[in-house]
Amino acid sequence: MLLQQIINGLTLGSVYALIALGYTMVYGILELINFAHGEIYMIGAYLGIILLAFFTSVGLTAVSLPLTLLLVVVLAALICSAYGFTVEKLAYKPLRNASRLSPLISAIGVSIFLQNYVMLTQGATDKVFPSLFGSGGFRFLSTRVSYLQAAIIVVSGVMMVSLQAFVMKTKTGKAMRAVAQDKTMASLLGINVDKVISITFVVGSGLASVAGVMVAAYYGLVNYFIGYIAGIKAFTAAVLGGIGSIPGAMFGGILLGLVESLGASYISSEYKDAYAFVVLIGILLVRPGGLFGKAPEEKI
Amino acid sequence: MRPIGGKAERFTKPLIASAWFSLLFLPFRGPEAAGVLFVVLAVSIPLLGAVSDRVKKTGPLRQGLENIGLKSRRFAPLLFAPLLVVPLAAGNYWIDVAVLAGIYIILALGLNVVVGYAGLLNLGFAAFYAIGAYSYALLNTMLGLGFWTALPLAVGITTLAGLLLAFPALRLRGDYLAIVTLGFGEIVRLVLNNWDSLTKGPNGISGIDAPTFFGASLASLPAYYYLVLFFVVVTVFVMRRVVTSKIGRAWIAIREDEIASSAMGISTMRYKLYACAFGAFWAGIAGCLFAAKMRFVSPESFTFMESVMMLCMVIIGGAGSVAGVILGALLLVFLPELLREAQLYRMLAVGCGLVFIMVFRPQGLFGRKNASPES
Amino acid sequence: MHLLKVKGLSKHFGGIRALEDVSFGVKDGAIQSVIGPNGAGKTTLFNCLTGFLRPTKGSIVFREAEITGMPADRISRRGISRTFQNIRLFRDMSVIENVVVAQHPMIRSGLLQAVLRLSGFVREEREVREKAFEYLEFLGIETLAEKSAGSLAYGLQRKIEIARAMATGAPLILLDEPTAGMNPQETEEMMTIIRNLRNIGKTIILIEHDMKVVMGISDRIVVIDHGVKIAEGVAREIRNDPLVIEAYLGKELH
Repeated sequence: MLLQQIINGLTLGSVYALIALGYTMVYGILELINFAHGEIYMIGAYLGIILLAFFTSVGLTAVSLPLTLLLVVVLAALICSAYGFTVEKLAYKPLRNASRLSPLISAIGVSIFLQNYVMLTQGATDKVFPSLFGSGGFRFLSTRVSYLQAAIIVVSGVMMVSLQAFVMKTKTGKAMRAVAQDKTMASLLGINVDKVISITFVVGSGLASVAGVMVAAYYGLVNYFIGYIAGIKAFTAAVLGGIGSIPGAMFGGILLGLVESLGASYISSEYKDAYAFVVLIGILLVRPGGLFGKAPEEKI
Repeated sequence: MRPIGGKAERFTKPLIASAWFSLLFLPFRGPEAAGVLFVVLAVSIPLLGAVSDRVKKTGPLRQGLENIGLKSRRFAPLLFAPLLVVPLAAGNYWIDVAVLAGIYIILALGLNVVVGYAGLLNLGFAAFYAIGAYSYALLNTMLGLGFWTALPLAVGITTLAGLLLAFPALRLRGDYLAIVTLGFGEIVRLVLNNWDSLTKGPNGISGIDAPTFFGASLASLPAYYYLVLFFVVVTVFVMRRVVTSKIGRAWIAIREDEIASSAMGISTMRYKLYACAFGAFWAGIAGCLFAAKMRFVSPESFTFMESVMMLCMVIIGGAGSVAGVILGALLLVFLPELLREAQLYRMLAVGCGLVFIMVFRPQGLFGRKNASPES
Repeated sequence: MHLLKVKGLSKHFGGIRALEDVSFGVKDGAIQSVIGPNGAGKTTLFNCLTGFLRPTKGSIVFREAEITGMPADRISRRGISRTFQNIRLFRDMSVIENVVVAQHPMIRSGLLQAVLRLSGFVREEREVREKAFEYLEFLGIETLAEKSAGSLAYGLQRKIEIARAMATGAPLILLDEPTAGMNPQETEEMMTIIRNLRNIGKTIILIEHDMKVVMGISDRIVVIDHGVKIAEGVAREIRNDPLVIEAYLGKELH
């Protein structure tokens, strides 16, 4: 029972972590709570369903399921990246020098727009992700893990490790860290700040879309408002770990998933959505900068 | 961004943009719809570009708006007179909308103290609205208290809630504060939704009494309109006087530079607490008015979206400007009603509108860049 | 009589000793300079004196009362006011509003008086504005009263900061590099302002890099290097102090 809940929590947590990465990266660079990020994840989930239906209709699914799934994930990630890129260019870039509230309101506007855009084009009712995986699974210690759960945890883990490697090792990743530390200095050193910001949005959106496709497959149902609650929780996860920190976002996401899953089964499932915030408020009261973050100190 | 450079670019850029958007649209509605979108965009983008060039060159819109912002103060009494005859001239539907607008004006002005003046981002203001509404609902239905007895109690409870949240939250900075207020909002809503024995959960509380005035019931819409109008006038009156006093100046100072404020001897913690309590106070009044108008409260009236709307009213009108915030609230209540014909598309338009206003006028429609305490 | 007495003041940031056992006194009505190479700990000293940093050790006594570790706003109300090295005006307020805000603690009318606009409130507001105007006149910037503070030139902004520091009514004013980035004429003007401040009874502590200013107007000079006080005295003594010469020249020869 406990182990089962931990596995469920890990599954949920890795999804939160993937979305949280997008929040944390954007926040690290622009100090913006990208409210529309949850909608990108929601669009990813829809794209998973749409693309799968398309490939099934042209007969590809029947030929090779793994290949189809790979194509669905990659294409969904590409399209979501394009959405993320466009949102940044249209709604945030013109506000680079405005007060801090303006981009936030703009992000809320984008979020409202995208929700209604999807509702209008795809309908207000639940969309179903066809169950392709049956109920296969394997035993792990004393509990059963479905293949899908295992896949979600593994895929998320691989993506997080790759992201960390990308940010730490590659030239682009180093440029991202430089821009996060000091935009002016970075541009003086010849880094194209606008490009780095675009890349950040593209990468973050890609990660969110993968999370979206996986969640669509996991729960089997998708609706146009799933982005809002997942977005809020992922942001909570990012803050929990110390916003701006990539390992922090991963840890925060998983912690949040575990708290929710265990809280729902051992305390009360009615307050499932509240645990995230209770934990967050508790942690911030003890450590005002999040678990891994430092409390910001202003230089006088 | 409008195309700069060669003639060829003038044509290719809109085409590329149209193709890009159509491609993004393609998976959601199929190739035909995407084709239509492409044609529509290819025609309208250059047109819009030309229009915005014109506007930028002459800038009449911007100046016009600024003038309205300035003059409205002098003509405020003139604007007030027609408000008195609204119930005589308008149908029930529009009186209803006007009552709602009045409640939102009070809410937005309350939030404006927190966000616009003290500069503390609150993403869960609906929580205080909810606490006010539920306090009145419970005091009325369980203890049988009338509106005028329950109002001060309910407002007191809400103000206290504002203080209680502020105490721990104010240790946090900026975005952490924002997310904690958001969490508070969600927790309050979830508690209302699940504490069945007290709040009747998602079913809500019904059978709330309408206010009376010296024995006469104010249940009819026109009567209620005047009640709300009275509270709006009181709010605006008190608000303007407070923000031009040393309290308002301290709030603005804290928003502008917290360190410099404390060097001037202002206790920043104390004034932030004042702002939170003062903001919650008005949310409490608005909550009571809402509960007494609907005669019913349920958790779904106090969602995160509600908090977001209040915040948008503040920012769109111009944070830190009383007149601006009133106009922001009116705009966001009336515009969706006017767009009711196009019901399906109105939220789409609201989303777009928010982005547009921020991109082209980040200080809000009626805010001045130079927000001084007289505004 | 000493207005301010600093005894054994230390401030450590983790392992870094930004200030170590610094002691000195400031006489009532004096202009006292604090000098030292960049990074010597001068601004850290100011931040400790004004409550923006809590000292690790030591004591600060102002007007015979212990103020060590008090929060900044309380120290300001006690009578120590300051300007900032990288100007911190309320940029979106008008010049006069900046100076009015600084009189905040002296205004007695609260919420009720403000809402009811009792005669006391109206009179107080008028007086505060008049006083603010006087401070601006003292600095010769009264014509800029209604201008937006952030839109003004650097030198003018420094003057507004001084007006604001005066407006708190504090007898002790700490000026953090008031002539930084100024041309010789503006610097000359600033020296006159500082002398005038002393003439109306203010006590001044000055952080300054321009030796002409320091030697020209200081009654007494404290030299800090690497967080430690290496010399104290009048201008003539400081100029010939071997430790001071080494601290400055040693830095420059690197």
